[in-house]
Amino acid sequence: MASEFAVEMRDVVKRFITPEGNEMAAVDHVTMQIKNGEFFSMLGSSGCGKTTSLRMIAGFEWPTEGEVYIEGNAMGHTPPFQRKVNTVFQSYALFQHMTVYQNLAFGLEMEGAKEDEIKKRVGRALEMVQLTGMDRRRPRQLSGGQQQRVALARALVKTPDVLLLDEPLGALDLKLRKEMQLELKALQQQLGITFIYVTHDQEEALTMSDRIAVMSKGQVQQMGTPVEIYERPSNKFVADFIGESNFLEGKIKSLSKKEASVFIPGLNVEVTGMPISEGMVKGEEVVVSIRPEKIRIADKDTKSNNMFRAKVTNTVYIGADTHVYVDVHHTKLKVLEQNRISRLDPKSFYVVGQDVWLMLMPENTLVLKKD
Amino acid sequence: MLKRLRENKSTQGTLLALPTTLWLFFLLIIPLILTLVISFGKRSPDGDVIYTFSLNNYTRLFGYSTDCPEGQASCFNPLYVQILWRSLTLAFNTTALVIIMAYPLAYFIARAHPKRRNLFLFMVLIPLWTNFVIRVYAWMMLLRKEGAINVIIGGVANLLNIPFTPLEMLYTPGAVLVGMVYEFLPFMILPIYTSLEKIDTSLYEAAADLGANAIKTFLRVTLPLSMPGVVAGTILVFIPVMGTFIVSDILGGRQVILVGNLIQRQFLDARDPTFGSAASLILMIMTLIVTYFYTRKFGFGEEIVPA
Repeated sequence: MASEFAVEMRDVVKRFITPEGNEMAAVDHVTMQIKNGEFFSMLGSSGCGKTTSLRMIAGFEWPTEGEVYIEGNAMGHTPPFQRKVNTVFQSYALFQHMTVYQNLAFGLEMEGAKEDEIKKRVGRALEMVQLTGMDRRRPRQLSGGQQQRVALARALVKTPDVLLLDEPLGALDLKLRKEMQLELKALQQQLGITFIYVTHDQEEALTMSDRIAVMSKGQVQQMGTPVEIYERPSNKFVADFIGESNFLEGKIKSLSKKEASVFIPGLNVEVTGMPISEGMVKGEEVVVSIRPEKIRIADKDTKSNNMFRAKVTNTVYIGADTHVYVDVHHTKLKVLEQNRISRLDPKSFYVVGQDVWLMLMPENTLVLKKD
Repeated sequence: MLKRLRENKSTQGTLLALPTTLWLFFLLIIPLILTLVISFGKRSPDGDVIYTFSLNNYTRLFGYSTDCPEGQASCFNPLYVQILWRSLTLAFNTTALVIIMAYPLAYFIARAHPKRRNLFLFMVLIPLWTNFVIRVYAWMMLLRKEGAINVIIGGVANLLNIPFTPLEMLYTPGAVLVGMVYEFLPFMILPIYTSLEKIDTSLYEAAADLGANAIKTFLRVTLPLSMPGVVAGTILVFIPVMGTFIVSDILGGRQVILVGNLIQRQFLDARDPTFGSAASLILMIMTLIVTYFYTRKFGFGEEIVPA
């Protein structure tokens, strides 16, 4: 074990020439350290640089600047077939002219493994992804979920140090995708190898990952555990991209080391005891981020701190939750209420036009720098 | 009536197939039967067909001869067997050479930038805008004694003070081979290109990812996945080359006679349609046998379709 990090990207830049002839940085000074045995996700919408980053680790692309390290070794222009990483492709990229067995054996034959060893390892890999008995089928004769498993087994049979997964579940239907998420996570823990997972699906990333890098425009916006990313987004982009948030303009009235009083003109309230990040000053214009599920709603004024009146403008029932849209001095807010009780009786819930009281818990809000 | 037709899919299918079926019946099946019947006939002294059942034309084709040195009633005349064998080997050589030349070019076009691909394909097709016969005549102009190739080599030799006698290139088997390869190259390039172009580039990446270098990727992934194109191209090249007579006529002269020339001469010069018919059928059977074994080994070209 050469290095603490399975994969490291140091200040990596990848520039492409667009069809219009302009230079564009798909990956713009990205630095990431991915620990051994970690389930690491790169999360972002399309064009954020996550797939290009993955392809540079796999060796399909070479960085324009910076360096990729695998197990502490600088990769330079090492071709993919000399890297101890394997990829599960978004399109699966299965060899249609080979059987399932031949697909799995391909990588082992390239290593020069003996036939009986290949047989043993392929058998074990198929068992691992629950495809025993399918070895003589052609990929086209399998369902999408089964093909996905073949792609996974074909990469895992090589026993790589690092497994790279490029939106591997994107083509599956929702239910199967959720099953596979848990299965992948279990597999990763069982094998103890490093998974680097590219996805645009935040729920998928939150479900499986030990750590997530949220990416946008070729840059890492934030790196952290799922809880850190959701509860303490470091900027407005992350707060907006992961989950939902109400964003309100505010101004810092007074502040101590870790807390501030912020006046929110839209609501005409001053919220005290809000957690802040470093480098903020008194009088600074800020953005207050409040998650819809973190606003308490009540039909009576309980005279607590940080409580204010609002009017219900709309309610949307979506099964597990109800979205309540309210208006406070012409500022619109979204509040999420869990349906802990049956809403069959219309009187059991708020109606449009009703006055309600909202309560903010300062520790559940976030003060972010204005972009 | 119309309503019933609209509902009945199988009647619709029959109707759609009818014009071509009739065409093929009257212009392929019936002539083929006629050819078969005539091939068993005999030529009358004034060039008419006497309908009978005789295998003479076939035995003659395979070397049985009554036109023998003195004292022998029958003997072996290798002339026609040689012609059949020459046609077969020339078709094999042409196809092999065309594959060897077409594959790298098709590969290059398939890997080229999508914007340039159409230009390259266009360039491959340009020669087909000129009449087949004219293109063969163009090769005659290049290959003959006073032709462009000899003039250029002669000029260079003259400059270097090397003695030079013009090369005899026209009316040789080599000239026929060159002409055939030239004529049929596009029919191999296009199907190979099509099957190469269909291969998802992620398959190359997957092969590299699993440890295959460029050569292994080509042999284990690219080549097998492009075989449908090679098979389709082979069928498009081998079958016409077996039967063509124009190229050998113009570039081979009296030196390179193929089955196609034999058939043509029997019908037009020798006025022996019975022997011409027998030769036609033997040509067809030979082509069918080769194609049968070839497609049995490699498929018809559509079995392996890349996803």
